[in-house]
Amino acid sequence: MHALRQNKLLAFALAFVVVQVLLALAAPWLGFQDPFKQIMVQRIKPPNPLNLLGTDQLGRDVLARIIWGARTSLFTTSTAVGIALLAGGAIGLLAAFYRGWFDRIVMRSMDVLFAFPILLLAIGVISVLGPNAWSAAIAIAIVYTPIFARLLRGPALVLCEAEYVLGARAVGASDARIIFSHILPNLISVILVQTSILLSAAILVEASLSFLGLGAQPPTPSLGLMLSEGRNFLLLSPWPAVFAGIAILLLSFGFNLLGDALRDTLDPRLRNLDAGAQ
Amino acid sequence: MNTRFLIGRLIDLGFVLFGVSILVFLMIRLIPGDAVAIMLGANTEITPDRIAELRDRLGLDDPLLVQYGNWLWRALQGDLGTSIWTGRPVLNEISVAIWPTVELTALSVLVGAGLSIPIGAFMAQARGGAAEVAVRVGAIAGLTIPSFWLGIVSIFLVAKLLPGVSALGYVPFTQDPLGNLQRMVLPVIALSLPMLANLSRLVRSAMLDALGQDYVRTARAKGASRRRVVYRHALRNALIPFVTSVGVSVGYLLGGAIVVEQVFAIPGLGRLVLGAISERNYPLVQATILVITATFVVVNFAVDLLYAAIDPRVTN
Repeated sequence: MHALRQNKLLAFALAFVVVQVLLALAAPWLGFQDPFKQIMVQRIKPPNPLNLLGTDQLGRDVLARIIWGARTSLFTTSTAVGIALLAGGAIGLLAAFYRGWFDRIVMRSMDVLFAFPILLLAIGVISVLGPNAWSAAIAIAIVYTPIFARLLRGPALVLCEAEYVLGARAVGASDARIIFSHILPNLISVILVQTSILLSAAILVEASLSFLGLGAQPPTPSLGLMLSEGRNFLLLSPWPAVFAGIAILLLSFGFNLLGDALRDTLDPRLRNLDAGAQ
Repeated sequence: MNTRFLIGRLIDLGFVLFGVSILVFLMIRLIPGDAVAIMLGANTEITPDRIAELRDRLGLDDPLLVQYGNWLWRALQGDLGTSIWTGRPVLNEISVAIWPTVELTALSVLVGAGLSIPIGAFMAQARGGAAEVAVRVGAIAGLTIPSFWLGIVSIFLVAKLLPGVSALGYVPFTQDPLGNLQRMVLPVIALSLPMLANLSRLVRSAMLDALGQDYVRTARAKGASRRRVVYRHALRNALIPFVTSVGVSVGYLLGGAIVVEQVFAIPGLGRLVLGAISERNYPLVQATILVITATFVVVNFAVDLLYAAIDPRVTN
């Protein structure tokens, strides 16, 4: 009964995320309006049959801009989290595998990066690189690298002591073979869960950065940017800001729920590993 | 708490602060291209004289190690450099802007952590399928609502429903206590909600864990009331993971405050650092990041000690 409910939740979360990702990916072919086209006579319109979610201050279709904004957000965050997973994962795994001074030096450096508040570190990186979508992606990648390293080092340490790993070593398997065919496959569930949850957090960070003007620049469709622009004519028409915020919430919520449901389904013991999810 | 534990933690603290200082120091030096020209380009015409003068003022002509040594030495004495535009010590500007941020963050910790205990304990009473799903969905929704969106929507609602109530800006508490608190209500709600959602869920699961333990059954068997068992026995043990989470959340709040300040036009460190970035006033950006991060590191150090004091097992 319990397992059934878990699976239902997982199926729901998966469907929720897949629909959003597909909508964003297929946006150019779904017949939405041109997100860049400005029709001045139709500025700041509330939702209507022609523009389901209304229009913004330049007469652009809010629905189209939200779908394209979700696209920008997903491209930026998945690139960033992908890089962080590769870099942080490699660091955490190798630190656990080789231990000793390598482990100490590398993990201490991760501690230093981890010491900065997430958004502040991202802002610092962007102030060096200059504000644009790529800088935001690099900043998010840098911020999440130490988090992945920490999250994967712990379970990898346990696996390195497992009997089948010691056995593989005893029969002369190479380091690479042990890492890739004995340790890594057993980390897949941790990786899936954490990637999903950190993607959810990264979506919020990306939105915050572009809201602050430090991410994607106009006229790129971006959810955070829509919110900061919408804020300026809030009393005239709250719709662009309201809908952009709901879109950010739905994206982030979907990935967080997915990670949560995956965690329960794949391994209930992982519940203790969610430090740093924020 | 034994001395060995304390010394170990102090060494960790020193190491992390040292690493943070190196990264923050390198910020200006890592800017691609001529950092000085970039800084000057924001406000004035670039002339070779001005570039040479600013390079000299920032000490950029010395070897890197000497630069770091000088910078750190001055930083330790409270000299974090001077603003490139006003020529005043950046610490002056920081010491004015820090108070709204401290107030916003502290109130958010109080509200987020304070409310999460009764809410979590209450949610622990609700068991079973529908309640589990509701708790989970509610907590995740709270965690993923963008604080700046919540802020904007609340400003809109107040403007529509309560015209005449000022929700924006900041007045010092010493000038107008009521006006100060009134303007803090919405920012604190926006900033503390994700933390509240996260901590309530944590308190709930820790409570459920604790309620299943033998000592709770024993307390009930001895005739302690349900209320007493929940608050006296279970809650105390549930608090241990809670304390660590509060420490981690402070980092989230300090970052989130930057965004929330921007939404509510609060003249705190967030506004200071964003303004400094847009006018490329790097010494000010550098110093603000250093001050906020050092605060966060020291807060977490204190949390570690507190954690060890509550749970003696940690120190062994």
